[in-house]
Formats: sequence, C-alpha cells, structure tokens
Amino acid sequence: MASVPVVRALALEPEPHLVAQECTACAARFFGRRAACASCFCETFRDADVPTDGEIVAFTIVAFAMPGVAVPYVAATVDCGGTTVQANIVGVEPTPEHVHLGQKVRLTTYPLGTDSHGTEAIGFAFTPIGA
Amino acid sequence: MSSGDVWILGITMTKFGKRPDVETDELAAEAALGALKDGGVTMADMQVLAAGNLFGSGIGQKLQKQIGQTGIPVFNVANACATGATALRTVMMAIKAGEADMGLAVGVEKLSGAGLLGGGPASFDTQTWTPRGTDGAVMDLDGRVGTAGMPGTFAQIGMEYGHKYGGVSFELFARISEKNHAHSTLNPLAAYSKAMPLEMIMNDIMIAYPNTRPMCSANCDGAAAAVLVSDAKLKTLDPDQRRRAVKVSASVLTSDPYEEGCQVLPNVNTLTRRAAQQAYDAAGVSPSDLDLVELHDCFATAELVHYDNLMLCPEGGAVDFFESGAPFRDGSTPVNVSGGLQSKGHPISATGIANVWEIAHHLRGEAGPRQIEGARVGLAHVIGLGSACGIHILEKAS
Repeated sequence: MASVPVVRALALEPEPHLVAQECTACAARFFGRRAACASCFCETFRDADVPTDGEIVAFTIVAFAMPGVAVPYVAATVDCGGTTVQANIVGVEPTPEHVHLGQKVRLTTYPLGTDSHGTEAIGFAFTPIGA
Repeated sequence: MSSGDVWILGITMTKFGKRPDVETDELAAEAALGALKDGGVTMADMQVLAAGNLFGSGIGQKLQKQIGQTGIPVFNVANACATGATALRTVMMAIKAGEADMGLAVGVEKLSGAGLLGGGPASFDTQTWTPRGTDGAVMDLDGRVGTAGMPGTFAQIGMEYGHKYGGVSFELFARISEKNHAHSTLNPLAAYSKAMPLEMIMNDIMIAYPNTRPMCSANCDGAAAAVLVSDAKLKTLDPDQRRRAVKVSASVLTSDPYEEGCQVLPNVNTLTRRAAQQAYDAAGVSPSDLDLVELHDCFATAELVHYDNLMLCPEGGAVDFFESGAPFRDGSTPVNVSGGLQSKGHPISATGIANVWEIAHHLRGEAGPRQIEGARVGLAHVIGLGSACGIHILEKAS
C-alpha cells in the first residue's frame, strides 16, 4: 500500500525517523521550512537525522479535543538527544500513574487513515522503552 | 522641568462575567467612559487611542462612534493575551515620543461560552492526502502530533518546570488555584467569587492534566481602560487629579528570543525573565520592594513558573516560594489578590489593563476589603502565547 508521512519531517525509510532542518552556521534545528535561522539568520539548512530515543521532559493528558481525535491522549515534549520534539505518547495507559517525567521513550509510527486513492497516512508518536 | 514620567490619570475595569445585554463596542465604551470620568477628562483631551479586541476588528473606531469621534490617531492592536498591555504600551510610546500628552488605552473581549481556545480548525483534503504548509502536513496535527490547545500547552509548561526542579504535583497546582479562588471572594468585579475547596478543584472535570476546569482561566466578557498622561501635562491638572495619579515606573514589552525547543513547546520563561529584569532596572526597584503582583495565571501551572520568571524567588525556588505562603494575600509578596485569571476571569484583551487597574486600585488605597495595606509599588504581568510579554511596574504618587 502506498503511504505518506503525516508531516514532511517524518522519514519512513530505511527505518522511521525524524529529519530536522539544521542551520549550516549554528546547527539550530527546526521542523518545517524556514526562510532563515531564527537564532543566527543564516539562510541555508541541511537535513539532520534526529535520534529516535528520547526522554519525556513535559507531558499532559488531554481530555478534550476536536472531533476525530480520541481522548484522553498523552501529549509530550521529548528531548531526543538535544533536539526537542512534540508528539503523543502511545502504548501506555493515559493516566498519571503510567506516564512520568524523565520516562525513556522511542519513536514509533501508526496509521492515521487512508484517502480515496488507498494511500495511508503514517503518523508518529513515542512509546515507553521496555513497556 | 518634566521628568519624562508617564502617569495613569484614570483607569477602570467593568465587572467581568456574562454580559449578553451589550455588544463588544458598548462594553468597551463602558470601560472607556469610566476611565475618562475617573481621570476627570473627556475625549476632547485624548490625542491618541490604542484599542484591542482579539476576536473582532477595528474596535478603536467602533469605540469612537460610541463615545466620541475627534479625528485622533487610532491604533488597533493585537498581541494574543498581551493585547491589553500592548495597547497601554502603545499609548506610553506616543507620550514618551512627545506626539501626545494624553491618551486612552482600551481592551475588550466577549468570550462567555467560547469553550477551549487554541489549535484553530484548518481545512485539509481528506480525499487525497496533500502535504500543506511549512510542515508539509497532510492533516490537522492538533491531537495527532502533540497538542496545540492552550490547556495542554500550559500544562506542559508547568510540568517542564517540575522536571527541571522537582517538587510539583497535581495537588500543588490545585492549591495554587485554591489560593486564587479564595482571593476572589473579596473582589466584587470577579467573574467567579466563590471559594473553592481543594477537593472540589481536584475533583472537577479534568481538562488537560494536571489542570482541571477551575485551574484554567475563566472565559468571560469584560473590558478595561486607562487614561495616560505626561508628567508635564499632569502638573497642569487639579490637585485632586494629581493626588490619585499613579506613576508608571516601567512599561516593557518583549518577544521570545530563540532558544532550542522554543518552536516546539513555547518558552514563556525567557521573555518574561527579560521583561522583568528590564522593568526592575527601569523602575529602580527590586522584587522584594513589590507590595503586590498580578501575574498571568492563565492556568494554575503557569502561575508557578512565573514566580520564578518574575524573580519573586531564587531560580528553581517557585515551589518553596508557594509553600512559604508568600503569594497569599497575607504573605510577603501577595500574588493575584484579584483572584487572577482563574477566578476573576480572562476576557483576553481586557486582561492586560485590568491587572494594571488592580494594582492602581491598591496603590490609591481604594481596594476596600481586599486592600493590601500600605501598598506603594506593584507589578502587573501578562503573556500572550507566541509569544509576547508585557510588564508594568506602578508606584504610588509620593
């Protein structure tokens, strides 16, 4: 089946990982297009693979969301070896007893739906390591 | 000789709450006329008008049609939750620049029943996944790649502080909310003025852990307005007007400087800390001089981090600061004696002037049962996500 990543920053091959836009001058990392680096104003970027393992530095359990989004879900800020990533935490009970600050997590992907041409959108999230 | 200082001559806020009886421009007019009367002046004296209404447009001119069209320049400002402070700052700059010696700043919002804010709807093609925008997204990311909503974002901001320094818990954040709901029992203009016991706060509907509903800012209707005047002009006014004037010792607006991760989880800390430092330097006061603080507790989790950002405590010491009792109205640095955004309410564009009114009310000694006795200097802080931070330090006329 054909597939498409939910965002351009998600590379599906060879193994799923995130690709940041890294400033060629100061190495600041961004997700998505930027005209210039917000830190040093340099106008060139290179692709930089982001580590797939990280640590939860902040999280919330969202109980109200727009239609089509199942609740409750865990949203978290994850430090992936110095690059900050925002994503959901999956594969864990969405309760404060099961998610905690400092928890080690790993990137995972999951299907987000198929369009009328049979193309599957692939999303990414993190899941606790060893869970 | 004029000192170059700028003063608040008149200031008011409307009752916050549900106001289905009036339109947005009428609510703005209520506040504006209140501020003009409070200052003993009229629209004929105003040389500049700055007005904010985030959920509408052209509020300045609509307001003029309600209270007086004199042909003065109007600045319609929008800066998220810092819109009111930005209107004030705009009038400050006009006076400091010598283009006006008196001006009016107004903020108004009708938000009753608005529900959860943030993560606005976007239209995506669900027939054919088509990458769109700077992220190349094929669908709305809110809820699928983290949260874009305000409750979940500010929840994480409080949790991030906990990860860095420790000591946070659901109960701690709920106790911060309990404090503000207790404070608002003395504020007749608050949208909600009933005390809420800790258990009631913790057992209320969870919005985004660890913030339950009463730990979130209350959407409501409201307006606030202020008349600012130059030092030179103030000297020409009546003694009664001069006696009640409140000095604006610092007026600062910052945006967030780049730091790693700030485009992923908004960093509300660095710009607040910078604004605070600039404000303390400009006013020549230190945090320990403050008799009261109104800070932007849009969520209980946000109040905690701003104790630290405003340097009311040593770095990393926000939990200890709260536990010491300092931010309670009988503590050493009372914070949000109005009830704050959680209980007084948060009609977005009004907030940045309403919290200045709260400080001025105490400095004038007019706060009645909730008066902080002997208040001489206070700080008002707002933050609009994105981000913008406005800080005003006010001092009693000596």
